[in-house]
Amino acid sequence: MLLAAAGPSILHGDGSESHRLVGVWWLLLGLAVVVVIVVVGLVVVALVRRPGPSSLGDDWWIAAGGVALPVVVLLVVAVATVDATAHLRIRKPDELRVEVVGRRWWWDVRYPGTGVVTANEIHVPVGRPLDIGLDSDNVTHSFWLPDLAGKVDLIPGQHNDLRFTVRQAGVYQGLCAEYCGLEHAKMHFLLVAESPARFETWLAGQRAGALDATGRTVFEQSACAGCHTVRGTEAVGTKGPDLTHLASRQTLAGDTVDNTAAELRAWITDPQSLKRGALMPAVPLSRAQLDAIVAYLRGLR
Amino acid sequence: MSAEITPPADPHAVSSAWEDPAGIVGFLTSVDHKRIGVRYIYTAFVFFVIAGLLALVMRAQLAEPKNHLLGPGAYNQLFTMHGTLMIFFFNTPVLAGFGNYLVPLMIGSRDMAFPRLNAFSYWIFVLSGLFIGASLVSGHMPDGGWFAYVPYTNPTFNPGVGMDFWGLGVVFTGISTTVGAVNFIVTIFKMRAPGMTLNRMPIYVWSMLVFGFMVIFAVPAITLAAGLLELDRLFGTRFFDPTGGGNVLLYQHLFWFWGHPEVYILFIPATGMVSTMIAVFSRRKLAGYLWVATALVGVGFISFGVWVHHMFATGMPAMAMSFFSAASLIIAIPSGVLFFAWIATMWSGRVTFTTPMLFCIGFLVIFLLGGVTGVMVAVMPFDWQVTDTYFVVAHFHYVLNGAVVFPIFGALYYWMPKMTGRMLSERLGRWSFWVMFVAFNITFFPMHLLGMEGMPRRVYTYDPSLGWDHLNLLVSAASGFFGLGTGLTFVNIAWSRFRGAPATADPWAADTLEWATASPTPHHNFTAIPVVASRHPLWDKGALTWAETTDDPAGRSLGPDGARTRTTPWTSGADTRPEGHLRVPLDTVVPFLLACAIGVVFLGLLVDRSVIWGLGLALAAVNGLLWAWRTELDAV
Ligand code: HEC
Ligand SMILES: [Cu+2]
Repeated sequence: MLLAAAGPSILHGDGSESHRLVGVWWLLLGLAVVVVIVVVGLVVVALVRRPGPSSLGDDWWIAAGGVALPVVVLLVVAVATVDATAHLRIRKPDELRVEVVGRRWWWDVRYPGTGVVTANEIHVPVGRPLDIGLDSDNVTHSFWLPDLAGKVDLIPGQHNDLRFTVRQAGVYQGLCAEYCGLEHAKMHFLLVAESPARFETWLAGQRAGALDATGRTVFEQSACAGCHTVRGTEAVGTKGPDLTHLASRQTLAGDTVDNTAAELRAWITDPQSLKRGALMPAVPLSRAQLDAIVAYLRGLR
Repeated sequence: MSAEITPPADPHAVSSAWEDPAGIVGFLTSVDHKRIGVRYIYTAFVFFVIAGLLALVMRAQLAEPKNHLLGPGAYNQLFTMHGTLMIFFFNTPVLAGFGNYLVPLMIGSRDMAFPRLNAFSYWIFVLSGLFIGASLVSGHMPDGGWFAYVPYTNPTFNPGVGMDFWGLGVVFTGISTTVGAVNFIVTIFKMRAPGMTLNRMPIYVWSMLVFGFMVIFAVPAITLAAGLLELDRLFGTRFFDPTGGGNVLLYQHLFWFWGHPEVYILFIPATGMVSTMIAVFSRRKLAGYLWVATALVGVGFISFGVWVHHMFATGMPAMAMSFFSAASLIIAIPSGVLFFAWIATMWSGRVTFTTPMLFCIGFLVIFLLGGVTGVMVAVMPFDWQVTDTYFVVAHFHYVLNGAVVFPIFGALYYWMPKMTGRMLSERLGRWSFWVMFVAFNITFFPMHLLGMEGMPRRVYTYDPSLGWDHLNLLVSAASGFFGLGTGLTFVNIAWSRFRGAPATADPWAADTLEWATASPTPHHNFTAIPVVASRHPLWDKGALTWAETTDDPAGRSLGPDGARTRTTPWTSGADTRPEGHLRVPLDTVVPFLLACAIGVVFLGLLVDRSVIWGLGLALAAVNGLLWAWRTELDAV
């Protein structure tokens, strides 16, 4: 196939929406190839043929090629458009609702009715219809999972929904597709689609408050607590991502780096070295404090 | 085939009435549509080169993942400036420049309807270009993208002067485009030579007429969008601030109500150029004249009903958006008409492969691909996938860079001889074309694939794990060659100024009236006004006839007397009966001064000093009065 298998692709078709659109794509590509071959062929012949009058009058050329051909092609395209539109993004029974808020430059993720709050990593059960609610309280972003579904913008002052179903278990790359300022390029996220049973286990784990571990008081008393929430502790800030179960996440800072001890330490020491525009300051910490906080956060499974 | 060209009187006798003062004074005061047109073209190309270099820097940054050449701040400024300069300060003005030069000649007039307004529109263009260019020099470039979406461009998220350069600059330059459009419309309706009825007008003139009307209806929307944005930014209104009851989508609607027609505002004159060149180099008249003229007008109309296709992902009701999806598809029909008119022309013609024709052929291929992906992105659900990705970047570079810039380059080779009196080198021209054509496709085609692999627009960096690195490297490498290919044409132009073979009056054996006068065009264009008897005056059997001065006032400027007295006739709109004559104003500095005064207003707004913009307004008022009070005959 034309496209590399490694990264995301709109041709993977792992979601109900992207799957249908893969079909639309092949139809469009097929029509495009036919049109291009026919038209370029005509241009080439027109250029190389021995000059002489055409057996077809000018008007016929234009009527046939310029009107009839596009009309036929467009009718097919129009039917495909209406058909796809009618089947996509429609409300289904038993939807799982996930609330996503676009922040600069990370994603706040909530599961209504459960109290679960997380960031940059959305877990969903395979096969269950999803209703992803999309909002922003700052600038416009756009929510996109190339392998699963097309985009929907997150617009301040307007609530949007994206509805689709994941067909295949896996970890999918998501990203912000609407220019949103300095770190637009590093506003990625992951969508983890797993079996309903594993999803329920995950949800139950996220529901619980944070494990009590050493380092908690250092964290609570540092500037971190002013921006971050760790549920069950005195840290209740909301400017940054909820860290209650940070250690259960695969990546940090909008999928900028892997969630390892070294990267976490690097991030806390100097966020801007990993993400130039990040709206988290480098908080001055003693070595001991830093060690304690990293250990604490690593323990928040 | 071409008629013998014999201007009826000694041109030297009349040219003294038209000469501009020498030196800088002449430069600042000329109202000659040809000088202004050529200047427009050169100035626009300066912006083209700047914007192109910015693009090359961006491509260098993206050549490899996690590159550290540019940080996010710099990168965001570069793509904002690249888009803004290309659309507002290259594409639009360069086409206006060609129109300025060619329209009066093609319709057999000695100047535009409003020569002073013409000078004014050029000065506004230059000053607004300098205005926005100052952001580059001062390092305070806007970074909101050429589309400047709110709320990111609201003062809350984007303080500082950068976005004001954009917002004010766009309103500023809109003045130029608008008055230019009015001038084109009036010129085309009222200044055509006797006999050039509407259905004998060259297709290029039709395209400039549609251009004019589209500008007049579209540009107010962007002026409003940028103007309200600036009110928000400078005076604390909340039009686009959702936290103060403002509306974010309102901005997008206003922007695209201009933004989409703008694409066709650029494309339509380009098709006018292509229609002209293809017919000339196929040695036959354009197939389906009426079809083509109708298609141009049709595109103009339909293009105002498609803007929402830039907003398919905004979550508006699918039903409402489907209308715009359908309208966007329908545009393919007039485009198909144009395309097959060109094919039919070449099919039964005798094609000669000159450089301008090569650019036209390159245009056909590129436009076809851009059109095909245009149909794809018009399919709303498919667009949900590809919008805001490199697929769209590829698509619109096929239509804006390919289908507009290629015709413009062809037009340089075709019309430069008329402007400078010297031919460009065909050999260098062919090199330039082939390098541009091949590099263009290697630069932009892979972008479709990148978009399908999930690469969004406007990202300054990407992770190697995403699999975008190889194609990006290829794209970046090819983009350098594309730049090189355009450079060859610039070298060619410079070379031809000194070494180019002298051009005859009609080097291409073409059919339209600009070739009925000497190359370079004399100051007064035509000693006597040509009388038109067909759509292809220079291809008619027998020599072109030249009008004689008649006794009634309407005919006074038709003959050589008109040239001697610096006048040009005006005629009735539909059937071109001579109705009177227009005094072509003497050179004047008032348009320049008025433009400067308006510049002071914008400068004052930029630095937020009411004294300065107040002063600018006062100066503008004085100059406006001066303009109204002095007549055409006062040389100031
Ligand atoms: C001024 C508010 C602020 C302060 C103070 C702050 N942070 Fe942050 N933090 C943020 C923001 C905003 C982000 C998201 C940055 C991004 O991804 O662009 C963030 C992200 C993080 C992340 C990554 C979360 C994820 O899931 O990707 C960690 C871990 C983190 N902060 C830890 C800390 C620690 C530890 C401290 C104290 C030393 C701290 N933060 C202080 C605002 C803050
Ligand atoms: Cu974003």
